[in-house]
Amino acid sequence: MPRWLDTAASDTQVTHRQRLWLYAIAALVLAFLIVPTLIVVPMSFSASQYLEFPPREWSLRWYRSYLASPSWMQATVTSFAAGALTTLVATPLGTLAAYGLFVSRLRIARTIHTVMLTPIIVPVILVAIGVFYAYVKLKMVNSLAGIVLAHSMLAIPLVIMVVTAALKAYDMNQEMVARSLGASRARAFVGITLPQIRFALVTAALLSFLTSFDEVILALFIAGGSNSTLTRNMFNALRDQIDPTIAAISTLMIVVTTLLLVLAQRYGRERGD
Amino acid sequence: MKTPAATPDLHADGLRRDEARERLALLGLSAPALLLVAVTMIVPVAWLFGLSFLSDSGQLSLEHYRRMLEQPSYGRTFAMTFKVSALTTAICIAAGYPLAFVMSQLPRRAANLCMIAVLLPFWTSLLVRTYAWLVLLQRKGLINEWGMRLGWWDEPLALVHNLTGTLIGMVHIMLPFLVLPLLGAMRAIDADLLKAASSLGATPARAFRTVFLPLSLPGLAAGALIVFILCLGFYVTPAVLGGGKVIMVSNQIANDIELFFNWGAASALGAVLLVLTLALLGAATRLLRLDRVLGGTH
Repeated sequence: MPRWLDTAASDTQVTHRQRLWLYAIAALVLAFLIVPTLIVVPMSFSASQYLEFPPREWSLRWYRSYLASPSWMQATVTSFAAGALTTLVATPLGTLAAYGLFVSRLRIARTIHTVMLTPIIVPVILVAIGVFYAYVKLKMVNSLAGIVLAHSMLAIPLVIMVVTAALKAYDMNQEMVARSLGASRARAFVGITLPQIRFALVTAALLSFLTSFDEVILALFIAGGSNSTLTRNMFNALRDQIDPTIAAISTLMIVVTTLLLVLAQRYGRERGD
Repeated sequence: MKTPAATPDLHADGLRRDEARERLALLGLSAPALLLVAVTMIVPVAWLFGLSFLSDSGQLSLEHYRRMLEQPSYGRTFAMTFKVSALTTAICIAAGYPLAFVMSQLPRRAANLCMIAVLLPFWTSLLVRTYAWLVLLQRKGLINEWGMRLGWWDEPLALVHNLTGTLIGMVHIMLPFLVLPLLGAMRAIDADLLKAASSLGATPARAFRTVFLPLSLPGLAAGALIVFILCLGFYVTPAVLGGGKVIMVSNQIANDIELFFNWGAASALGAVLLVLTLALLGAATRLLRLDRVLGGTH
C-alpha cells in the first residue's frame, strides 16, 4: 500500500499520496450520498420509540404497527393500484405516440413531440394546482381514476423519451421488409419492431410505475379521503411528528424499487439486447 | 418504388395521396396521449394563466401582479427561492467537482462502483430520503447525539427545520444532476493535452488550472444551470426540512390555495415561476447547447 501511494496517479506525475486529500473529499461526498438511504433500513427494526442507531434492541414492532393500521393499509392499496394502472395507461399511450410521431415525419410531429414533453418542464406545483383546478370542475378530486390520469400525464413524457431513443437506434428498414412481404403496418410493428424495442418498453413501464408510486405533490391536492396514497400519508406524517412506522414503510418502498430494478435488468439482459 | 413510365402522373398522385393519408394516420396514434396531456395539464395551466389576469371581481387587470410587487412577503419569497437555489448550486459545485474529478481519473470498474453510489439516490423515493435526513438531523438525531458523545459540541445544533436542513436535503437530491454532465465533460478531455502541458514544464497544479479546468467548464456550467433551474420549483424538501421557515415560491403557491383559496394570487405566482423557468431553460439551451452536453456524444 505505501508503495502504491508513491506511484504516479496521472500523466502529470502527481503521486497518489499527493492526491489523498482529494480521495478523502470524494469518499466523504459518496458517503453523504448513500448513508442516509441505507441508515433507514436498520432503524426500522428498532424496538425503541426513539430513533437510535445502531438500535439497542431489535423488533418488528413498527412493521406490526404498519400492518395494523387501516389508514396505512388503505394508502398502500391505493398506491399500488395507482402505480399499476398508471403503468397500464402510460406505457401503451406513450409508446403509440412515440412510434406515430417518429415514423410520420410530418413537420407538425416535432411540435407535438415537444408539447408532450412539457409535463417534465413545467414546475410540478403548477401542474398540481392546474390538475386540481380541472378536477374540481370535472368532479374528479379524490378519485382513483383522477390520480391515474394525472400520474399518466406525468409518466407519458418519460415513456416517449425512452421509446423514441430505442426507435432511433432501431433499423426501420426491417419493418419495410416485413411490409414488402405482405404484412400490414400494424402486424409489422407488433411482430418485428415491438420485440426488438422490448427492453425500452420494460424500462418505460418501470419508470411509469415509479413516477406514480413516488409522486407526492399532485397527490397532496387530488388524492384525499379514501383514496389517499402512501406518499401523501407519509408527507403529512413527516410534518407532524416522527413516527418510526415511517421507517418501516420507507424500508418497504426501498425493497419494492430495488426489486423492480433488478427484474427490469434481468428481463433486459436475458435475450441479450 | 418506381412508377411505371406509361401513366406516371396518375400513379404518382395516387401514391402521394396514399402516403399523406398514412402519415396522418400515424400522427393520429399520438392523439390519445396528446388528449390526456392536454386535458390534465395544458388546458388547466393555460386556464390558470388567464385567471392570473383577472381581478377578484372578474375584470381584466394586473391586480395580482401589482400585489406581488407591493407586498413585501412575496419579495421575501422570491429572495428566499433565489438564495436557496444559489446556495444549493454552490454547495453542489464544491462537493461535486472533486467527486467527478476523482471519478474521471479512476479505472473503469472503480468508477462504475462510484456511479452506482451516485445513482442510488435517483432511485430512492424522495420522501424516504427526506425522512432519513429528518432522523439524522433532528435535535435528538444521530448526528447531534454522536457529535455530543464525541465531545465535538455541547448543545444540540439546530440542523433541521431551518435553512441548514433544507440545503442539506436539496444538495443530496441535486448532486447527481451536477456530477453526471460534469463527469461526461471531464471524460471527454484528451489526456495528451495534460501530458503536453507537463512536458512543457507546467506543474500539475498549473496544468490543471490552465488546461483541465477550462475544458471542464462547459460540463460544469451545464450541470450547475440544471441544478439551479430545478431548485427553483422545489416544494417537498423546504416544506418538511424547512419547518415553515423556508418558504419558496412553490410553498407560497400551495399556501395561497390551501389556506387562502386565492386562485388569482397562486396563478400569478405560478405564471412568474413558469416564465422564469422557461426563460432560464431557453437561455441555457442556447448558451451551452445543453442537448449536446447531456446527449454525451462528441
